[in-house]
Amino acid sequence: MTERDPRDMRPREGCPVQDWATDFDVMDPDYIKDPAPVWRDLRERCPIAHTTRWGGAWLPTTYADVRDMARAAPTLSNRSPGVIPPAPELREMLIAEVKEFGSELPPISSDAPEHKPFKQLILPLFSPHAVERYRPFTEQLANDLIDRFIATGKADAAVDYAQQIPPRVIAHIIGIDPARADEFVEWVRGVLEEGQTNPEARMANRRHIRDFFQAMIDERRDGLRDDAISALMTAEVEGKRLSDYTIVGVCYLLLVAGIDTTWSSIGAALWHFGMTESDRKRMYAEPDLYPTAIEELLRFYSPVVMARRVLEPVAFGAAEMAPGEKVIMNFPAANRDPAVFEQPDEVVLDRTHNRHIAFGVGIHRCAGSNLARMEMDVALRVWFQRIGDFAVSDPDAVRWAGGQVRGPRIVPMRVTAA
Amino acid sequence: MRICVDAEKCEGHNRCFALAPELFEVDDLGLAKALNDGRVPPGLEDKADLAIANCPEFAIRIVEED
Repeated sequence: MTERDPRDMRPREGCPVQDWATDFDVMDPDYIKDPAPVWRDLRERCPIAHTTRWGGAWLPTTYADVRDMARAAPTLSNRSPGVIPPAPELREMLIAEVKEFGSELPPISSDAPEHKPFKQLILPLFSPHAVERYRPFTEQLANDLIDRFIATGKADAAVDYAQQIPPRVIAHIIGIDPARADEFVEWVRGVLEEGQTNPEARMANRRHIRDFFQAMIDERRDGLRDDAISALMTAEVEGKRLSDYTIVGVCYLLLVAGIDTTWSSIGAALWHFGMTESDRKRMYAEPDLYPTAIEELLRFYSPVVMARRVLEPVAFGAAEMAPGEKVIMNFPAANRDPAVFEQPDEVVLDRTHNRHIAFGVGIHRCAGSNLARMEMDVALRVWFQRIGDFAVSDPDAVRWAGGQVRGPRIVPMRVTAA
Repeated sequence: MRICVDAEKCEGHNRCFALAPELFEVDDLGLAKALNDGRVPPGLEDKADLAIANCPEFAIRIVEED
């Protein structure tokens, strides 16, 4: 067993894995760095693994199984989509809140029939046309971020760039005062980064954010504005206005669902180009590659897995699942399945046939995919325009986070102005 | 060539619209519809094939070959 770096996100649970088919560990540091060898092995001999770690779970590895399971709603329920169980104190608080107010974060934590009206509520905020309105803001933001470090010749592509873009864009969409964006970004990082290992920090930051949204609702009672929170205040689901708790929950979902996911994709893309000279040169030489390159990077570095909860006995192949068990929707492994993708473990920037499911599949497909794609497109285009050449300066210092959302969190880069 | 989007299968990923806006439109919920009653203008068959091959829900199909 290798010594763990203290900057890795979470302690591993128990002893090292002996057999991935019966004892997989999604928090194993080597798995987080590169899970593909495990998936290749399991696909050939298993292909649905099981573990008792982290509360127990099933792990499919083929495209066909992941697809079938994702579409098996509501036998496989979305009521608790978290892969790693929350700390006991947070869990108790969440259960109490759900009893009092209903689904915590609709629609991601909802099943039919509650799911659909909430989904219809948020989808128009993220339609292809709607997200284009946020492109100029995102371009300005990306340029401002590069201005901060370009003269120094170095940057952390994750901390200084990738992690700054999604929270500021979503804050802009929700309607947060730009003067408070820095403070807000710190709370978000407190939930998503420090909060991974520190339940108290997670709860404190969660409370800051929820109180902040509640204050925004209160401010708007006397006059609505042109922002998402005002839109939610006038929206109706089945003829009824939303409670403040639900509006806060939807806003909170927009935040936590759209931030570390998207910054992982942007960070992984920059890490890839910073490590792979041939692909970096191709992007400079062939700007027409952006649309296929972005889909390919989404496929190859798919950041997100979600969990489902088994409600009724059900079998997928030899895996007989019992009520209460957890199933991990392993979209990243599906996207490396050789039955569906040629050269699945290579990044092919001009791959045209790419039926990847990085954003999930079925009724719970990601509602913010158009926004994520726009942010990725802007982040990469501005980076390549402004930076004449770059490379990862210290590959050993790179740190990956995993579990629910996989992506690089520290990427030291040497950068030269264009 | 004629194509159609199966409304029961489409979940609104918008891939077809991104790849072939000449052939598809999407509503506010992202749900897609083939334009022009699904008839693919000559020269755009490759784009239709691309949309079919990239739909994560397998929702687009050819209803009439040439």
